[in-house]
Amino acid sequence: MGCGRVGAELARLLDAEGHKVTILDTDASSFDKLPPDFKGTALLESATDEEGLQKANITEADAFVAVTREDDKNAMAAQIAKQIFGVPRVICRIYDPLREEFYGSLGLEGISPTLVFARLLKEKLEK
Amino acid sequence: MYGIIVGGGEVGYYLARELLDNGHEVLVIEKNAKKCEGMEDELGSVSLCGDGCEIAVLTKAGIARADMFIAVTDEDDDNLAACQIAKQKFNVAKVIAKINNPKDEHIFAKLGIEHTVDAVALVLEHIKAQISTFPLVHLLSLKDRGLEIVLIRIAEGSLGAGKSVESLSLPLGSIAATVIRQGQECQVPALDTILEAGDQLVCLIPSGSEEAVQTVLGTST
Repeated sequence: MGCGRVGAELARLLDAEGHKVTILDTDASSFDKLPPDFKGTALLESATDEEGLQKANITEADAFVAVTREDDKNAMAAQIAKQIFGVPRVICRIYDPLREEFYGSLGLEGISPTLVFARLLKEKLEK
Repeated sequence: MYGIIVGGGEVGYYLARELLDNGHEVLVIEKNAKKCEGMEDELGSVSLCGDGCEIAVLTKAGIARADMFIAVTDEDDDNLAACQIAKQKFNVAKVIAKINNPKDEHIFAKLGIEHTVDAVALVLEHIKAQISTFPLVHLLSLKDRGLEIVLIRIAEGSLGAGKSVESLSLPLGSIAATVIRQGQECQVPALDTILEAGDQLVCLIPSGSEEAVQTVLGTST
Protein backbone atom coordinates (compact mmCIF):
# COMPACT_ATOMS: atom_id res chain seq x y z
CA MET A 1 0.00 0.00 0.00
CA GLY A 2 1.39 3.36 -1.09
CA CYS A 3 3.08 3.78 -4.45
CA GLY A 4 5.57 6.41 -3.44
CA ARG A 5 9.29 6.06 -4.06
CA VAL A 6 9.71 3.33 -1.45
CA GLY A 7 6.52 1.48 -2.37
CA ALA A 8 7.25 1.52 -6.10
CA GLU A 9 10.85 0.38 -5.58
CA LEU A 10 9.82 -2.45 -3.26
CA ALA A 11 7.16 -3.54 -5.76
CA ARG A 12 9.77 -3.50 -8.54
CA LEU A 13 12.23 -5.60 -6.52
CA LEU A 14 9.66 -8.21 -5.47
CA ASP A 15 8.20 -8.35 -8.96
CA ALA A 16 11.65 -8.84 -10.51
CA GLU A 17 12.20 -11.79 -8.16
CA GLY A 18 9.04 -13.39 -9.48
CA HIS A 19 6.66 -12.68 -6.58
CA LYS A 20 3.03 -11.85 -7.25
CA VAL A 21 2.66 -8.18 -6.31
CA THR A 22 -0.38 -5.91 -5.99
CA ILE A 23 0.24 -2.25 -5.19
CA LEU A 24 -2.49 0.11 -4.00
CA ASP A 25 -2.60 3.88 -4.09
CA THR A 26 -5.35 6.49 -4.17
CA ASP A 27 -3.46 8.68 -6.65
CA ALA A 28 -3.39 7.26 -10.19
CA SER A 29 -0.35 9.29 -11.23
CA SER A 30 1.71 7.63 -8.49
CA PHE A 31 1.77 4.45 -10.59
CA ASP A 32 3.98 6.28 -13.11
CA LYS A 33 6.87 5.38 -10.82
CA LEU A 34 6.45 1.68 -11.60
CA PRO A 35 8.79 0.33 -14.29
CA PRO A 36 7.24 -0.34 -17.74
CA ASP A 37 7.89 -4.09 -17.40
CA PHE A 38 6.09 -4.37 -14.02
CA LYS A 39 4.04 -7.56 -14.18
CA GLY A 40 2.07 -7.05 -10.97
CA THR A 41 -1.26 -5.30 -10.43
CA ALA A 42 -1.67 -1.60 -9.74
CA LEU A 43 -4.96 -0.92 -7.99
CA LEU A 44 -6.53 2.51 -7.51
CA GLU A 45 -7.96 1.81 -4.05
CA SER A 46 -7.52 2.82 -0.44
CA ALA A 47 -6.04 0.17 1.83
CA THR A 48 -7.72 1.56 4.94
CA ASP A 49 -10.91 0.32 3.32
CA GLU A 50 -11.92 -3.32 3.64
CA GLU A 51 -13.46 -3.39 0.18
CA GLY A 52 -10.26 -1.98 -1.31
CA LEU A 53 -8.24 -4.70 0.38
CA GLN A 54 -10.66 -7.39 -0.75
CA LYS A 55 -10.27 -6.23 -4.34
CA ALA A 56 -6.54 -6.76 -3.85
CA ASN A 57 -7.26 -10.37 -2.77
CA ILE A 58 -5.86 -9.67 0.67
CA THR A 59 -7.02 -13.02 2.03
CA GLU A 60 -4.56 -14.79 -0.26
CA ALA A 61 -1.63 -12.54 0.61
CA ASP A 62 1.43 -13.85 2.42
CA ALA A 63 2.61 -10.37 3.29
CA PHE A 64 1.30 -6.82 3.50
CA VAL A 65 3.42 -3.67 3.61
CA ALA A 66 2.07 -0.16 4.36
CA VAL A 67 4.34 2.68 3.24
CA THR A 68 2.16 5.74 2.59
CA ARG A 69 3.39 9.12 3.79
CA GLU A 70 1.05 9.06 6.79
CA ASP A 71 1.78 7.09 9.96
CA ASP A 72 -1.86 6.78 10.94
CA LYS A 73 -2.96 5.45 7.55
CA ASN A 74 -0.14 2.90 7.62
CA ALA A 75 -1.02 1.81 11.13
CA MET A 76 -4.74 1.52 10.38
CA ALA A 77 -4.23 -0.44 7.16
CA ALA A 78 -1.67 -2.72 8.81
CA GLN A 79 -4.05 -3.48 11.67
CA ILE A 80 -6.90 -4.24 9.28
CA ALA A 81 -4.63 -6.58 7.28
CA LYS A 82 -3.42 -8.32 10.40
CA GLN A 83 -6.43 -8.41 12.75
CA ILE A 84 -9.31 -8.59 10.29
CA PHE A 85 -7.82 -10.46 7.31
CA GLY A 86 -5.15 -12.43 9.19
CA VAL A 87 -2.27 -11.73 6.78
CA PRO A 88 0.74 -13.70 8.15
CA ARG A 89 3.39 -11.00 7.74
CA VAL A 90 2.53 -7.31 8.10
CA ILE A 91 5.03 -4.44 8.17
CA CYS A 92 4.28 -0.74 8.31
CA ARG A 93 6.32 2.42 8.16
CA ILE A 94 5.93 4.68 11.19
CA TYR A 95 7.99 7.87 11.00
CA ASP A 96 7.33 8.87 14.61
CA PRO A 97 9.72 6.75 16.76
CA LEU A 98 7.48 6.98 19.84
CA ARG A 99 4.50 5.71 17.90
CA GLU A 100 6.55 2.91 16.35
CA GLU A 101 7.27 1.70 19.87
CA PHE A 102 3.59 1.96 20.81
CA TYR A 103 2.40 -0.01 17.78
CA GLY A 104 5.04 -2.59 18.60
CA SER A 105 3.27 -3.08 21.93
CA LEU A 106 0.06 -3.73 19.95
CA GLY A 107 1.84 -6.48 18.04
CA LEU A 108 2.48 -4.54 14.84
CA GLU A 109 5.82 -4.75 13.11
CA GLY A 110 6.80 -1.17 12.38
CA ILE A 111 9.91 0.43 10.96
CA SER A 112 10.78 4.01 11.77
CA PRO A 113 12.86 5.47 8.90
CA THR A 114 13.65 8.36 11.21
CA LEU A 115 15.49 6.10 13.63
CA VAL A 116 17.05 3.90 10.97
CA PHE A 117 18.41 6.85 9.00
CA ALA A 118 19.66 8.67 12.08
CA ARG A 119 21.56 5.56 13.19
CA LEU A 120 22.97 5.09 9.69
CA LEU A 121 24.20 8.68 9.58
CA LYS A 122 25.82 8.29 12.98
CA GLU A 123 27.62 5.12 11.88
CA LYS A 124 28.89 6.86 8.75
CA LEU A 125 30.16 9.79 10.79
CA GLU A 126 31.95 7.52 13.20
CA LYS A 127 33.85 5.67 10.47
CA MET B 1 -13.17 16.21 34.92
CA TYR B 2 -10.35 16.81 32.44
CA GLY B 3 -11.18 16.18 28.80
CA ILE B 4 -8.86 16.22 25.82
CA ILE B 5 -10.38 16.81 22.40
CA VAL B 6 -8.40 16.06 19.25
CA GLY B 7 -9.57 18.14 16.29
CA GLY B 8 -10.62 21.78 16.50
CA GLY B 9 -13.21 21.79 13.71
CA GLU B 10 -16.89 22.54 14.25
CA VAL B 11 -17.53 19.46 16.36
CA GLY B 12 -14.40 20.00 18.46
CA TYR B 13 -15.21 23.66 19.05
CA TYR B 14 -18.81 23.17 20.12
CA LEU B 15 -17.92 20.16 22.22
CA ALA B 16 -15.23 22.17 24.02
CA ARG B 17 -17.71 24.96 24.67
CA GLU B 18 -20.26 22.53 26.04
CA LEU B 19 -17.77 20.83 28.35
CA LEU B 20 -16.46 24.19 29.59
CA ASP B 21 -20.02 25.35 30.31
CA ASN B 22 -20.50 22.20 32.37
CA GLY B 23 -17.51 23.11 34.48
CA HIS B 24 -15.02 20.66 32.99
CA GLU B 25 -11.39 21.38 32.22
CA VAL B 26 -10.78 21.10 28.47
CA LEU B 27 -7.88 21.09 26.06
CA VAL B 28 -8.34 21.00 22.29
CA ILE B 29 -5.40 19.70 20.23
CA GLU B 30 -5.46 21.08 16.69
CA LYS B 31 -2.81 21.07 13.93
CA ASN B 32 -3.93 24.27 12.28
CA ALA B 33 -2.50 27.32 14.09
CA LYS B 34 -5.21 29.62 12.70
CA LYS B 35 -7.95 27.42 14.14
CA CYS B 36 -6.15 27.38 17.48
CA GLU B 37 -6.00 31.17 17.52
CA GLY B 38 -9.69 31.42 16.68
CA MET B 39 -10.53 29.10 19.52
CA GLU B 40 -8.37 31.01 21.99
CA ASP B 41 -10.17 34.22 21.03
CA GLU B 42 -13.54 32.61 21.68
CA LEU B 43 -12.93 30.28 24.57
CA GLY B 44 -9.71 31.41 26.27
CA SER B 45 -6.52 29.38 26.51
CA VAL B 46 -7.92 25.94 25.82
CA SER B 47 -5.96 24.88 22.77
CA LEU B 48 -2.65 23.23 22.01
CA CYS B 49 -1.30 23.50 18.50
CA GLY B 50 0.03 20.14 17.36
CA ASP B 51 -0.69 16.65 16.08
CA GLY B 52 -2.99 14.83 18.50
CA CYS B 53 -1.71 11.47 17.28
CA GLU B 54 1.81 12.18 18.48
CA ILE B 55 2.70 10.71 21.83
CA ALA B 56 4.97 13.67 22.64
CA VAL B 57 2.12 16.13 22.02
CA LEU B 58 -0.33 14.05 24.04
CA THR B 59 2.14 13.83 26.91
CA LYS B 60 2.51 17.59 26.85
CA ALA B 61 -1.27 17.85 26.96
CA GLY B 62 -1.26 15.94 30.23
CA ILE B 63 -3.01 12.87 28.88
CA ALA B 64 -1.89 10.84 31.89
CA ARG B 65 -4.40 12.69 34.07
CA ALA B 66 -7.20 12.96 31.49
CA ASP B 67 -10.61 11.47 32.34
CA MET B 68 -12.03 11.79 28.84
CA PHE B 69 -10.47 11.62 25.40
CA ILE B 70 -12.50 12.45 22.34
CA ALA B 71 -11.13 12.37 18.78
CA VAL B 72 -13.24 14.34 16.29
CA THR B 73 -11.00 15.08 13.32
CA ASP B 74 -12.27 14.51 9.78
CA GLU B 75 -9.83 11.63 9.23
CA ASP B 76 -10.78 8.22 10.60
CA ASP B 77 -7.22 6.93 10.61
CA ASP B 78 -6.17 9.88 12.80
CA ASN B 79 -9.09 9.35 15.16
CA LEU B 80 -8.26 5.66 15.42
CA ALA B 81 -4.56 6.27 16.09
CA ALA B 82 -5.23 8.95 18.71
CA CYS B 83 -7.84 6.84 20.51
CA GLN B 84 -5.72 3.70 20.51
CA ILE B 85 -2.84 5.61 22.09
CA ALA B 86 -5.16 7.19 24.68
CA LYS B 87 -6.76 3.90 25.56
CA GLN B 88 -3.96 1.40 25.31
CA LYS B 89 -0.93 3.44 26.28
CA PHE B 90 -2.39 5.93 28.74
CA ASN B 91 -5.45 4.01 29.98
CA VAL B 92 -7.80 6.99 29.71
CA ALA B 93 -11.13 5.92 31.23
CA LYS B 94 -13.47 7.29 28.58
CA VAL B 95 -12.35 7.23 24.95
CA ILE B 96 -14.70 8.21 22.13
CA ALA B 97 -14.06 8.53 18.39
CA LYS B 98 -16.00 10.30 15.71
CA ILE B 99 -16.35 8.14 12.62
CA ASN B 100 -16.56 9.85 9.25
CA ASN B 101 -16.90 6.80 7.02
CA PRO B 102 -19.76 4.52 8.17
CA LYS B 103 -17.78 1.51 6.90
CA ASP B 104 -15.17 2.11 9.60
CA GLU B 105 -17.37 1.55 12.62
CA HIS B 106 -16.81 -2.18 12.90
CA ILE B 107 -13.11 -1.78 12.11
CA PHE B 108 -12.80 0.52 15.12
CA ALA B 109 -14.69 -1.97 17.27
CA LYS B 110 -12.43 -4.83 16.17
CA LEU B 111 -9.35 -2.75 16.90
CA GLY B 112 -10.48 -1.98 20.43
CA ILE B 113 -12.32 1.35 20.12
CA GLU B 114 -15.92 0.47 20.99
CA HIS B 115 -17.30 3.92 21.72
CA THR B 116 -17.83 5.63 18.41
CA VAL B 117 -20.23 8.13 16.96
CA ASP B 118 -20.95 7.68 13.28
CA ALA B 119 -21.45 11.27 12.11
CA VAL B 120 -22.69 10.46 8.61
CA ALA B 121 -25.11 7.77 9.74
CA LEU B 122 -26.64 10.16 12.28
CA VAL B 123 -27.26 12.85 9.70
CA LEU B 124 -28.68 10.30 7.23
CA GLU B 125 -30.94 8.87 9.89
CA HIS B 126 -32.55 12.21 10.61
CA ILE B 127 -32.92 13.15 6.96
CA LYS B 128 -34.41 9.74 6.18
CA ALA B 129 -36.91 10.17 8.99
CA GLN B 130 -38.06 13.46 7.42
CA ILE B 131 -38.54 12.09 3.92
CA SER B 132 -39.53 8.52 4.62
CA THR B 133 -43.08 7.21 4.58
CA PHE B 134 -42.20 5.29 7.73
CA PRO B 135 -40.72 7.74 10.20
CA LEU B 136 -38.51 5.70 12.54
CA VAL B 137 -35.54 7.41 14.17
CA HIS B 138 -32.86 5.49 16.05
CA LEU B 139 -32.30 7.33 19.30
CA LEU B 140 -29.76 5.04 20.92
CA SER B 141 -28.12 1.73 20.19
CA LEU B 142 -27.49 -0.58 23.14
CA LYS B 143 -25.03 -2.67 21.20
CA ASP B 144 -24.00 -5.05 23.98
CA ARG B 145 -27.69 -5.94 24.51
CA GLY B 146 -28.64 -6.06 20.85
CA LEU B 147 -31.34 -3.48 21.42
CA GLU B 148 -32.30 -0.19 19.82
CA ILE B 149 -34.27 2.65 21.31
CA VAL B 150 -36.33 4.17 18.52
CA LEU B 151 -38.86 6.92 18.07
CA ILE B 152 -41.75 6.12 15.73
CA ARG B 153 -44.25 8.68 14.53
CA ILE B 154 -47.68 7.19 13.99
CA ALA B 155 -48.50 8.57 10.57
CA GLU B 156 -51.96 9.21 9.13
CA GLY B 157 -53.10 5.79 7.88
CA SER B 158 -50.64 3.88 10.07
CA LEU B 159 -51.64 0.28 10.74
CA GLY B 160 -51.16 1.02 14.42
CA ALA B 161 -53.56 3.97 14.59
CA GLY B 162 -56.75 3.11 16.45
CA LYS B 163 -55.21 -0.01 17.98
CA SER B 164 -54.41 -0.64 21.62
CA VAL B 165 -50.78 -1.07 22.61
CA GLU B 166 -51.63 -4.59 23.79
CA SER B 167 -52.89 -5.66 20.37
CA LEU B 168 -49.78 -4.51 18.47
CA SER B 169 -47.73 -7.52 17.47
CA LEU B 170 -44.34 -5.87 17.92
CA PRO B 171 -41.27 -8.10 17.51
CA LEU B 172 -40.56 -10.37 20.47
CA GLY B 173 -38.59 -8.52 23.13
CA SER B 174 -39.95 -5.08 22.21
CA ILE B 175 -41.21 -2.67 24.83
CA ALA B 176 -43.41 0.32 24.07
CA ALA B 177 -41.93 2.72 26.62
CA THR B 178 -43.58 6.10 26.14
CA VAL B 179 -46.38 7.67 24.15
CA ILE B 180 -45.93 11.33 23.29
CA ARG B 181 -49.20 12.98 22.32
CA GLN B 182 -49.60 16.58 21.20
CA GLY B 183 -50.75 18.78 24.07
CA GLN B 184 -50.48 16.06 26.70
CA GLU B 185 -47.92 14.93 29.21
CA CYS B 186 -45.77 12.02 28.08
CA GLN B 187 -47.22 8.82 29.41
CA VAL B 188 -46.15 5.26 29.91
CA PRO B 189 -48.75 3.46 27.80
CA ALA B 190 -51.17 1.12 29.54
CA LEU B 191 -52.03 -2.09 27.66
CA ASP B 192 -55.35 -0.56 26.61
CA THR B 193 -53.93 2.80 25.50
CA ILE B 194 -55.24 3.43 21.98
CA LEU B 195 -52.70 4.90 19.57
CA GLU B 196 -53.73 7.85 17.41
CA ALA B 197 -52.27 9.30 14.24
CA GLY B 198 -49.82 12.02 15.25
CA ASP B 199 -48.65 10.16 18.36
CA GLN B 200 -44.99 9.49 18.80
CA LEU B 201 -43.98 6.22 20.33
CA VAL B 202 -40.65 5.55 22.02
CA CYS B 203 -39.90 1.83 21.78
CA LEU B 204 -37.17 -0.55 22.77
CA ILE B 205 -36.76 -3.06 19.93
CA PRO B 206 -34.30 -5.84 19.09
CA SER B 207 -31.59 -4.68 16.65
CA GLY B 208 -32.44 -5.49 13.07
CA SER B 209 -36.19 -5.75 13.65
CA GLU B 210 -36.99 -2.35 12.10
CA GLU B 211 -38.77 -3.94 9.15
CA ALA B 212 -40.94 -6.06 11.39
CA VAL B 213 -41.86 -2.91 13.31
CA GLN B 214 -42.76 -1.26 10.03
CA THR B 215 -45.25 -4.01 9.19
CA VAL B 216 -46.99 -3.27 12.49
CA LEU B 217 -46.82 0.53 12.63
CA GLY B 218 -46.17 1.64 9.05
CA THR B 219 -48.87 2.62 6.59
CA SER B 220 -50.47 -0.16 4.60
CA THR B 221 -49.24 1.08 1.21
